Amino acid sequence: MAALKEESIEKRPKVARLEAEGLRTTESISFWGTVWRRLFRRKSAVVGLWILAFLVLIAITADWIAPYDPVQVLIGVEPVKMRQKPCIHLLGCPEDQPQHIMGIDGNVRDQFSRILYGARLSLLVGLSTVTFAIIIGTFLGAIAGYLGGVVDNVIMRFMDVLLAFPSLLLAIAIVTILGPGLINALLAIAIVSIPTYARVTRATVLSVREMDFVEASRAMGGGWGYILFGRILPNSLTPLIVTGTLGIATAILDAAALSFLGLGAQPPTPEWGTMLGAERNQVFTAPHLVFFPGFAIMLTVLAFNLLGDGLRDALDPRLAQRGEE
Amino acid sequence: MTTYILRRLLASIPVLLGILFVTFALARLIPGDPCRAILGEKATDVICDEFIRRHGLDKPIPTQFVIYVSEILRGDLGTSIRLGKPVTELLVERLPTTLELSLAAMTFSIVVGIPLGIISAVRHNSAIDVGTMVLANVGVSMPVFWLGLMLAYVFALVLKGTPLQLPPSGRLSPGLTIPPFYDVWGWQLGKEGFLRSLLVFISQMNVLNSLLIWRMDLLWDALKHLILPAVAVGTIPLAIIARMTRSSMLDVLGQDYIRAARAKGLPRGMVVIKHALRNALLPLVTIIGLSFGAFLGGAVLTETIFGLSGVGRIMYDSITARDYGVVQSFTVVIAVFFVILNLIVDISYTFLDPRVRLD
Repeated sequence: MAALKEESIEKRPKVARLEAEGLRTTESISFWGTVWRRLFRRKSAVVGLWILAFLVLIAITADWIAPYDPVQVLIGVEPVKMRQKPCIHLLGCPEDQPQHIMGIDGNVRDQFSRILYGARLSLLVGLSTVTFAIIIGTFLGAIAGYLGGVVDNVIMRFMDVLLAFPSLLLAIAIVTILGPGLINALLAIAIVSIPTYARVTRATVLSVREMDFVEASRAMGGGWGYILFGRILPNSLTPLIVTGTLGIATAILDAAALSFLGLGAQPPTPEWGTMLGAERNQVFTAPHLVFFPGFAIMLTVLAFNLLGDGLRDALDPRLAQRGEE
Repeated sequence: MTTYILRRLLASIPVLLGILFVTFALARLIPGDPCRAILGEKATDVICDEFIRRHGLDKPIPTQFVIYVSEILRGDLGTSIRLGKPVTELLVERLPTTLELSLAAMTFSIVVGIPLGIISAVRHNSAIDVGTMVLANVGVSMPVFWLGLMLAYVFALVLKGTPLQLPPSGRLSPGLTIPPFYDVWGWQLGKEGFLRSLLVFISQMNVLNSLLIWRMDLLWDALKHLILPAVAVGTIPLAIIARMTRSSMLDVLGQDYIRAARAKGLPRGMVVIKHALRNALLPLVTIIGLSFGAFLGGAVLTETIFGLSGVGRIMYDSITARDYGVVQSFTVVIAVFFVILNLIVDISYTFLDPRVRLD
């Protein structure tokens, strides 16, 4: 700790000047700075961040790094067969054959390109459903927690009912009625995850509501909308960040499951769950077509899970105190 | 105690009504004509008029809801247009498979997960601990259907011919059937009735049935077919249970009374099992209860892979055939089951932890 201080004094002229004037200084550390530093101290969170960075990079650059168009059928374009095994030149595949490092799928398309484009879709799916669910859930939970009484009861009992269904089954029931398709699947997953965010927000709003700074805002004549959304909510963000990050992982898994059942993204969209569902009967003859999409799903979900766990620990004040001892 | 249980039962009635309301609302949201959505596009106007009158679809919405609830309370869950059978009959046929699979998966996740969590906590930060936690993280991130397919590939194809080979589909080897225990015991069943349904239901659970008639060869065959799907369904809950056990044990092991128990000379193993584990187990009961939803969701995805004709399979088939009535009824049944299970978990708390006040 002492070494750290000396180093920072050297780097900060203002601090050095104040000390020279004989004033006691302590380095100011912002809340998010602390969280960030604590997050980077956790190996698992760093691994999660790296995987995520890698996936984001793939998603952004898919247009340039994918060797083929993800929906291009290669019949007549190249001498390849349906469900051909991976051919990697470095691993001894003859140079005269076209390279397909994850093989060819059942519709004679390059599996590798489809997996790369799938990253884009999966990340979008995770982010969009959770954003939607957080906006609605936070709104409902905040109102329930702040207003209390009948409003609270009505909203939260309805959330209880939604939570009473196993989430995947409710999502399946909703998509069955809305009709299969990526957008409807996303909507269904968002709807079933709303109660989680509503509960989290309500709980934090309840605890923040009684604090002095809220009372001060009220005394200064702030309306309830301003107090709730301008003062209370920003101070109850941390549990939402953790729940949201872990929620992205669940959303990606559920979306893949719905697509696997044929209720989500429709062919020829390069979606990992759909790809897996389309080739699942070929697991004994062409295992590569099942292995790679599933592995990609696992990697993405793992990244968000590791990051979420890391954030939870980094944001937990109890753990923070233990760490600073 | 009785008042507490009664109060909890009463409190779950609004939730149950809410569940019925949500499924009712979902059914009314099906685009287009409800009659043709349920009976199929080919239904004639005469049939549709009859259908609408019989189900009270021409009456106001609140009245319709009352009719819907009273139909369900009478045990009428509607009819499957695809199979031409009452849904209750399908339930008796299919639910045992799913229940058996879920119970097997649950057993697997508890029997493996809790010891792994204990070892990780006791040997905190050791190689075993780190390894278990890495596996647990990977475990919760795996899609159930992918794991199922990969297990089938490895154990049915790669390990073919070794003693580890396991069947990738079905509940029994081809040609085998298990005689229902009531036939073996010489019971005479009536044609209909609740008791008959119940006995048929029990006899459909292969493991239980082969135990009841004491046929070890059949039991072994049934178990062999259960292993792969149960491992697939149980892996995510296993990872969650292992993590929870570990953190719960770490909390407890750091407390003073554990140090006191060690200080007075009790052997380490005894302290871990008798003093620490008992207190660490409490949060696990909730997790295990809540995981049952995951077991059921997992069953929907796994049964289609392993060729098991359970609830999950019939839901999947009904979705593809747009057999709405079945999807709706099974959703209700599973949700109600889930609520009852949570109730049991809540009530079991009062037995497990005397500190939980009954008010």
